[in-house]
Amino acid sequence: MKKKGWKELPEGCFIPGVPTSQDLKTGSWRTSKPVWDPNKCTSCFLCWVYCPDNAIILKDVGGDPKVSGINYDYCKGCGICADVCPPKVKAIHMEREEL
Amino acid sequence: MTEKERTKMALTGNEAFAYAMKQINPDVVAAYPITPATEIVQIFAKYVSDGEVDTEFVAVESEHSAMSACIGASASGARVITGTSSQGLALMHEMLYIASALRLPIVLAEVNRALSAPINIHCDHSDTMGSRDAGWIQIYCENANEGYHTLIQAVRIAETVNLPVMATLDGFIISHEMEVVESLDTQEVREFIGKRKPLYSVLDVEKPIMVGPLDLTDYYFEHKRQQIEAMKKSKAVIKEVIEEYNTKFGFDFPVFIETYRMEDAEYAILAMSSAAGTMKEAVDIRRSIGEKVGLVRLKVFRPFPFELLTEVFKNVKAIGVMDRSDSVNSMGGPVFNEVRSSLYELETRPRIMNFVFGLGGRDFPMEDALHIIDRVKELKDGKKLDFVEYVGVRE
Ligand code: SF4
Ligand code: SF4
Repeated sequence: MKKKGWKELPEGCFIPGVPTSQDLKTGSWRTSKPVWDPNKCTSCFLCWVYCPDNAIILKDVGGDPKVSGINYDYCKGCGICADVCPPKVKAIHMEREEL
Repeated sequence: MTEKERTKMALTGNEAFAYAMKQINPDVVAAYPITPATEIVQIFAKYVSDGEVDTEFVAVESEHSAMSACIGASASGARVITGTSSQGLALMHEMLYIASALRLPIVLAEVNRALSAPINIHCDHSDTMGSRDAGWIQIYCENANEGYHTLIQAVRIAETVNLPVMATLDGFIISHEMEVVESLDTQEVREFIGKRKPLYSVLDVEKPIMVGPLDLTDYYFEHKRQQIEAMKKSKAVIKEVIEEYNTKFGFDFPVFIETYRMEDAEYAILAMSSAAGTMKEAVDIRRSIGEKVGLVRLKVFRPFPFELLTEVFKNVKAIGVMDRSDSVNSMGGPVFNEVRSSLYELETRPRIMNFVFGLGGRDFPMEDALHIIDRVKELKDGKKLDFVEYVGVRE
């Protein structure tokens, strides 16, 4: 994308239109990534509640929401999901991101 | 020009600022008290509680919060005014840059006071000079009457160019002295300032936006470049607004600079704010004994009217620039350095020196004003003098 020059930008340091955060792929910041195990996950939604980037994917299974994976476009690898996943379940663990 | 009998009011500088605010009737005023500007918002708060204005008055816990609240309100499209001085302005410093870069036309009634340390509540210009690169338009007023009218003009200027404006008066010397103010009718004020048309509004649900996001290496420079351009363009706007005001209401306020007995001047003094009043009389005294000396009063410091200064000084042989603050940089005050730089393009440059005076409210008596004139005369006559002279300080 060609970046705009100063004469083309709206004045006042604001971005028109929402949601602008969708354009910012925070996934590129990741140094380690959460790996989710569908066989262990109980869909308690703790990871979904805590994820700061809304990167836990839910899907509809027979009318009920279930955790179904991680959106790596936006997951920045903070590790909060792995931390909050109940110790008895441990459905998410972190792995070093290969650069 | 309309010839009209103006209402004459006896007001102090602070009262004049507060009265202008009452007639402007801003949507929001967020402020914190500080000597010698306290009265401005104190009087205004009374207008609010007496129901004489429709303003939402936000009493905050510091000047940093005051400017932050002003920024939030202004970003929602409100017309916003605040007042402060000295340490208060210094505490706002971080937020001043945000207000100007977000292009919010906030108006600030400022009373010039020295900065600590040592603690001092009296007048000098170190507070607003410390904010000179914060992207605000700065208008230094000579007296209460000019302060009153400038604050009204400031609303139009700010909202036309979408930059914040501070109008200043000298602490105590003007803020607490009573003078005659020739006021406008409230209706005239309201018509002149009209309604604000904001660049954007954070409360407009039809047009959702994000204000002040992370800009980093890829767009920060472009946004700064826009802001620089806006400050350049503000020159035309300031001229237009003040000239329109003069024509409409029958005044003759100078726009950027005021010249006094400069027609055939061989040497000149440049002064700002209340000291220019004293200097005018000193010029008259020396003129009466045949000295060809004139005065330029610099009124608008941001944007800096260098073109006008180059023009007005091109035929004089020597200039004395007065600074009521020092840059503590070993080469004098900020006004001196910028005036001097403005003259660089001249083929024959006048000789120039700096007089730093009146720090911390040190009195500026007539004998000092005459001394400055006589020093500049010596400079004109070729005498070698120190680059910067401190007037009124004990050795
Ligand atoms: S690592 Fe952080 S950002 Fe990624 S899914 Fe887990 S909580 Fe969300
Ligand atoms: S916290 Fe663990 S168990 Fe709960 S939904 Fe997330 S991955 Fe599944």
